[in-house]
Amino acid sequence: MTAADGVAGLLALAVTLYACSGLADYGAGFWDLTAGGGERGRRPRALIDTVVTPVWEANHVWLIFLFVTCWTGFGLAFGSIMSTLFVPLSLAALGIVLRGANFALRKDAAKAGRRHLAGWLFGIGSILTPFCLGAALGGVMTARVPPGNAAGDLWASWLNATSITIGLLAVAMGAFLSAVYLVAEARWRGMPRLQAYFRMRAIVAGLVGLALGAAALTALFFDQRQMFDRVVGRSWALIVIGVLALAATFLFAARGVVRGLRVAAAVGVAALVWTWAVAQYPYLLPFDLTIDQGAGAAVTQRWLLAWFAVALVVLGPALVLLYVLDQRGELVEDPTTSASTEDTPTPTGPA
Amino acid sequence: MVMVASVRVVSDWLIAAEPAQLLPARSQMAFTLMFHIILVPMGVALPALMLIANYKGLKRNDPVALTLARRWSHAAGLTFAVGAVSGTVLSFEMGLLWPGLTEKYGDVFGLPFAIEGIAFFLEAILVAIYIYGWRRLKGWTHFWLGLPIPFVALVGAFSIISANAWMNTPAGFTVGPNGEPTNIDPIAAIFNKALPLELAHFVVAAYMAAGFTVASIYVVGWLRGRRDRYHRLGILIPFTVAAIATPVQFAVGDSIARWLANNQPAKFLAMEVVTQSGADQPEIIFGRYDAETNTVSGGVRIPGLNSFLTGGSRDTYVQGLEAVPPENRPSNVNIVHTAFDIMVGIATLLVGLVAWFAIAYWRRRDVPRSKLFLWVAASAGVLTYVAIEAGWIVTEVGRQPWIVYNIERTSDTVTQADGVWVSFIVVLVLYTGLGIATVTVLRAMSRRWKRQDTRDEAAPYGPRPAPEPEAPEPEVDAAGRAGP
Repeated sequence: MTAADGVAGLLALAVTLYACSGLADYGAGFWDLTAGGGERGRRPRALIDTVVTPVWEANHVWLIFLFVTCWTGFGLAFGSIMSTLFVPLSLAALGIVLRGANFALRKDAAKAGRRHLAGWLFGIGSILTPFCLGAALGGVMTARVPPGNAAGDLWASWLNATSITIGLLAVAMGAFLSAVYLVAEARWRGMPRLQAYFRMRAIVAGLVGLALGAAALTALFFDQRQMFDRVVGRSWALIVIGVLALAATFLFAARGVVRGLRVAAAVGVAALVWTWAVAQYPYLLPFDLTIDQGAGAAVTQRWLLAWFAVALVVLGPALVLLYVLDQRGELVEDPTTSASTEDTPTPTGPA
Repeated sequence: MVMVASVRVVSDWLIAAEPAQLLPARSQMAFTLMFHIILVPMGVALPALMLIANYKGLKRNDPVALTLARRWSHAAGLTFAVGAVSGTVLSFEMGLLWPGLTEKYGDVFGLPFAIEGIAFFLEAILVAIYIYGWRRLKGWTHFWLGLPIPFVALVGAFSIISANAWMNTPAGFTVGPNGEPTNIDPIAAIFNKALPLELAHFVVAAYMAAGFTVASIYVVGWLRGRRDRYHRLGILIPFTVAAIATPVQFAVGDSIARWLANNQPAKFLAMEVVTQSGADQPEIIFGRYDAETNTVSGGVRIPGLNSFLTGGSRDTYVQGLEAVPPENRPSNVNIVHTAFDIMVGIATLLVGLVAWFAIAYWRRRDVPRSKLFLWVAASAGVLTYVAIEAGWIVTEVGRQPWIVYNIERTSDTVTQADGVWVSFIVVLVLYTGLGIATVTVLRAMSRRWKRQDTRDEAAPYGPRPAPEPEAPEPEVDAAGRAGP
């Protein structure tokens, strides 16, 4: 274990945390988009809004952390990935702007039409970004990103069967996770109808995810045999854990158990992320660049690890405080400044 | 003649050798940074203003101050969220546009970005707690939870400025035999030479921008005859903060200019358009620089002033651009020089404005009555922002053609992926929309506040209304139905 391995572990951890939190925010955007218009979609949408609002910026920072840690620890790999995968990653950034900005702005947009447009853009961004990030990951995994400035194919690197299925899988995982989280939130708020509404969606998304996972494995088999063998040979246990976690989620959801529901879903997603991480280790860019070859100066790696330790000490309590206050209902929308509660007649009135 | 011809040959060669992606990549980076920098003062300094108002409100039991604090926190929250988005784009762009920089120097100067990431994370958490805590948390608890925000914001500013300062005065490595950085010391890179002054310059600028901008909004209301306590406090709190910052900035700015003369001469020469080395250099205000002949036409010349400002006497020798090889001169001297003059001009005007405010406040303990003062104060926010953008142009364009000063050329680090023009155009359209939407929403917020003035002031913290009953269980039939 070198410091570089530790930093690579940090990267995998950041991907995991982002998958369990940020990806669920994208999923919430997906459900927001598909909730249907007007009256029909109003209640699920309102719940999504309440749940996502206080946490999305914090969730989002894992991606930034992932990026900066990657370029500080493994500059060459970062530059190669960003240049070869210029198109999907630019699109992912585009999606982030669309969804972030429109989510931040739509509640305060005074006119219903504008709010509607913002909602659409929010939803579209919520699908575009996880798809592109997943497709980019697929490009790396299938050894389509060689080291160097735009050394790989600008299009084939992400427009291939494996990348596309992994991109779709990312969208499905986000939808699944957020539906599960929303089941718990609806339950906690005492809204049985919405609980049932999201439970059904969680199960559908979970099944779609399972199918896409199988499709991705099949695509990988035909596309990049060496990586497929590593996935099956080394990560099989993680795949089993993932499937079991999915089954547990279904079971909990069907029985209406909320305790452990979210954890089970998150474990499933985390297992999937680590399936990739373990299979790819020790390569940063399969099969050209290993962690050791691609690592920046050792002193920088050690500082990164030290800083992360500091960050845990600082962020841990702050995050706990945020979630505790949020769960205790101490953090609520301020009615004096929020358009949604000001300009719409009443929460129960016709929209 | 030979000289001119050789300059032309070199510049032709440079243009021919310039990668096709350089211009769109530089444009996109410049545009997104100039957009992001508008939001930065609102993240760095607005929380301080809101906490001052919050403290005042709690200490004196002043509902007006609390209302201001509360509203400012919402404006800060909105700009913070938009800034989170545009900041993410910047972290993408570091790799999307300049993979050569991160590939080669990531381990030298990347650490401050990791620090910033965590600082930003912490700030996001604290801002969320502060904004969503207004209604249910107890007054002082709420204040104390918010208090760290401006300090965490300073850590963030420190990190980003450190990385930028490093590009101007690279440190923490030596150039190895193949041009690769060796003997890397990321801590030495963080604490590089340009950091202290650049950081001071920027943080003070952020406080000026936030102070003047917030004050100017209430000055506009004041000019329209809304002369109540709400507007009075809304002017006095932020304007006082800006008024303290402005003279400090004048001193810091002056030190930076002199520091640059010794440490980044090419940038300094472009700022001041010094063409020929010598003593008794005039200060040239505006005018037009001709790169081909290395001369300046037009503009106002104040004899000897540049030498005097640089070294304290007219006899001070100042190097000229002729001593810098043409291929190492800032790629656009005119932009740098004009931006510098605009920044200094605005700073001078603001110093005058602040002096006026100080005298008037000292005499009458109130907002100055003069219409002229109020008109200038109403535009001070915009002016400060123009100055910040101009200053940013001076730093960044003045550093060109280097991405790592005197070591790595920008053109050598740009991406070789096609399509940067497309992404630049998309970004241009998208950000324009985003900017318009942000302003629209902020204005809608302010209109809404105007309508609810009285009601809002009645109950800043309490009595806390009972939690709104959750909307009764949806009778929506859609709930059971299959999805859309």
